[in-house]
Amino acid sequence: MAELMQFDLVSPERKLASGQVRAVQIPGAEGDMTAMANHAATITTLRPGVLVSEAPEGNSRFVVTGGFAEISPQGTSVLAERAYPANSEGRAVLEVILQEMRAKAAESSGPEKDRLDKAANDLSRAIESIS
Amino acid sequence: MPSLKDLKNRIGSVKSTRKITKAMQMVAAAKLRRAQEAAEAARPYADKMADVVNGLAASVAGSEGAPKLLAGTGSDQTHLLIVMTAERGLCGGFNSSIVKVARYRAEKLMGEGKTVKILTVGKKGREQLRRDLGAHLVGHIDLSEVKRVGYENAAEISKKVFEMFEAGEFDVATIFYNRFESVISQIPTPRQIIPAVVPEDAATDALYDYEPSEEAILEDLLPRSVTTQIFTALLENGASEQGARMSAMDNATRNAGDMIDRLTIEYNRSRQAAITKELIEIISGAEAL
Repeated sequence: MAELMQFDLVSPERKLASGQVRAVQIPGAEGDMTAMANHAATITTLRPGVLVSEAPEGNSRFVVTGGFAEISPQGTSVLAERAYPANSEGRAVLEVILQEMRAKAAESSGPEKDRLDKAANDLSRAIESIS
Repeated sequence: MPSLKDLKNRIGSVKSTRKITKAMQMVAAAKLRRAQEAAEAARPYADKMADVVNGLAASVAGSEGAPKLLAGTGSDQTHLLIVMTAERGLCGGFNSSIVKVARYRAEKLMGEGKTVKILTVGKKGREQLRRDLGAHLVGHIDLSEVKRVGYENAAEISKKVFEMFEAGEFDVATIFYNRFESVISQIPTPRQIIPAVVPEDAATDALYDYEPSEEAILEDLLPRSVTTQIFTALLENGASEQGARMSAMDNATRNAGDMIDRLTIEYNRSRQAAITKELIEIISGAEAL
């Protein structure tokens, strides 16, 4: 039985999840990573993607649109820009966000457009993986 | 001496005023609870954000490539004051106290020969500042249509601030808002958001791995941290406004009650006097016969 660690998922408006977990899969900006207890202290930014927390009582899945995560040996805090539970309700909201993002990408140009396009693609992949 | 009819009307009108203020007080109480909950729900994010940014900033500060949002533009000539007030009145000294602090700061800065620009959030502050500092107003953000302040509203404000900052329109930005202490006490607070203020003892012992680099993360985090600070201020302001309104309306209700008591006594006295006068007239009339 692996050790447990504290996990918090907060968005600017509220706390979405908090509790003891075995591991957290984080969609980091430079690739996915899984944090477990006693992980080296790390701070990473997030790309839009699916975040999975593995607790003894079952896994929970969330879709985050960005933000950052602070991992320390004692626990992991994810500060998401926006986060929704990966279910049909969350999906409906996320699809609206995706459309907004696409629209914004179409308006902008240069590196900003590349960044937004990439984020939109990441998000649409995350949405597809929900169902 | 007002006639009996006048007094009666007067009492009626004060009574309806009392009903209105009582209703407003109760509405404010309900809204206050919601606003307080919102402010509390936002706290974990803001605290964590501040921790991480302070830790990062302490390690990057002083280095050559420090972002402008942290290091500043190298001058403090032009100040942007972001004055956050309510969209509505009838909340005691809530709006005036923020404006007073902001005005004092503006005058002090101008006395030192600095340039002052003011961005107002909320209609009431704009109205009050327009009179004497109208020339310094550079923008206004209207939240009157917003029922419940969300992160998007903060993002809208910060977007405008960043646009101005990138265009080099100011060097230092400070927000003015009312910090919520309790229902009867709100403290007008100035808080500098650009460049970021890093407490002396912020440097953390924990050594973090950064992915991507420290600078890249900071670049991403600083704007977010500014938005979060604005968001926190908006929420605190929201709770303070309802608190201030609640105590102002409580006072008004009590004053209306006192006034009704006074008027009722006056009314009864005049009624009594009128009756006595009539009796005297009848008796002296009967005696004359």
